[in-house]
Amino acid sequence: MSALDIKITRKSYPRPGQAPLAVLTDLHFKVEEGEFVSVVGPSGCGKTTLLNLIGGLDGDVEGSVLVNGVAPEDGPMTGHMFQTPRLMPWLTVRDNIRLVEKDAASSGHRVEELLTEMGLADFADAYPAHLSGGMRRRVALARAFLNEPGLLLLDEPFLSLDAPVANHLRRVLLELCGRRSSTVLFVTHDLREALYLADRVLFMSGGPGSIVLDLPVDLPRPRQPESEAVERMRINLLKDHPQLLAGLVEKKGS
Amino acid sequence: MADPTNRQSEFRIRIFSAVAFLAVWQVGAELADTRMLPDPWQVVRAIVDHLANGELLYHAGVTLLRVGVSFFVAMAFGTALGMVMGSNRRWDAALDGVLVLALNIPALVVIILCYLWFGLGEFAAILAVAINKFPIVVVTMREGARAVDGDLLQVGRAFRIEPQRTFFRIYLPQLYPYLLASARSGLALVWKIVLVVELLGRSDGVGFKLGVYFQFFDIASILAYSFTFIAVVMAIEMLILAPLDRRLSEWRT
Repeated sequence: MSALDIKITRKSYPRPGQAPLAVLTDLHFKVEEGEFVSVVGPSGCGKTTLLNLIGGLDGDVEGSVLVNGVAPEDGPMTGHMFQTPRLMPWLTVRDNIRLVEKDAASSGHRVEELLTEMGLADFADAYPAHLSGGMRRRVALARAFLNEPGLLLLDEPFLSLDAPVANHLRRVLLELCGRRSSTVLFVTHDLREALYLADRVLFMSGGPGSIVLDLPVDLPRPRQPESEAVERMRINLLKDHPQLLAGLVEKKGS
Repeated sequence: MADPTNRQSEFRIRIFSAVAFLAVWQVGAELADTRMLPDPWQVVRAIVDHLANGELLYHAGVTLLRVGVSFFVAMAFGTALGMVMGSNRRWDAALDGVLVLALNIPALVVIILCYLWFGLGEFAAILAVAINKFPIVVVTMREGARAVDGDLLQVGRAFRIEPQRTFFRIYLPQLYPYLLASARSGLALVWKIVLVVELLGRSDGVGFKLGVYFQFFDIASILAYSFTFIAVVMAIEMLILAPLDRRLSEWRT
């Protein structure tokens, strides 16, 4: 049984007075347990919609979305990190993380550990308004990790952060995933980031989205974000498929 | 800015304006020299007298109890309906017309009808006050419920947070400013309407006593009862609502 088994025939949003807007069509893939998969695609290709379907936030779809063989709502604990941190401004950093805890007794210690790992220990009692953008994202990451979920859904979590901060958080993410061997679905449109982090990269077409290329990343770990190997793979990939990031793949031999 | 010197001078201005008000009143009363305008000292003496014979405390207590009960009834039901109408368009469409009607019924009409339908009793009195306050709470809370951030609620669903915790930690905090605004404007409105209800159909409470002193032309006593109850309402604002507001909006500072 795969951690994720996605067979979406069609996902569309109703529009008043017009035909429904198709966002995903014929999107099929599987992800094995413990695999780190990046999803790369142009804006508007339905990446966030895909995460919402897998995260159980939206059940209105033609086709099937299975997490560990069952519907997302019945599936295992999921950690979700949205494009924006989505912290509760009226809760302190610590309470924001504890908001999602399932068992107060056992996770109290874990909260303090996460705060230290994320470099937030000194800000545990601060409100989100007093934090920098990078720190807010760290809180959101800690929140996604608190219950040590078997499945992590991350939606461009490091967008618009400066490179050192983003690289630091990427390292933290890899370290945490390695320890828990979580299955990860990581949406991004930064190809270098995808190749640095993932075991496999799924490339999506422009909307309505489907998978145009399923690429294993067989670079040895640990990798460096700015390493030559990642960069070489990126350049070769773009040489073979110049339109890849726009969601287009040339057929071989054509 | 609120630096100490400014705050000090602000405090002096407040004291000065209060003293000036009393002085103008005193001078006016002496110039007019009539029973129709007692001077401040006469009002203070009336307060002391009524306190001493226990009547003032008793009637103020009765009125406060009515204010409290009708306030909580109106807040509870108004908040619940406001949330429903603010988050569900169908309910909003169905009830909006009635709401506009309710907002525009004169307080006096509600009071008279309640007394006619339910008799001159405590139930009718409380109901009449609550009905007057209720639609205003609904309108404010509906506005609040409409402004609730769906993205934050999604966090609750994404992490499978229990409905109860989602309600108290994600949903309700977004409504606190609206709840406080309702409570503040509500308190001021409710106690004024309670007095009318008491005047028209009860035999105790501040409103009832005001009616009695109106018949005796006892203006010092009328002012004594009024100022006492104003002081009670100000105390509620300063000792309960203001600290609550500070606590709930701590994260904004």
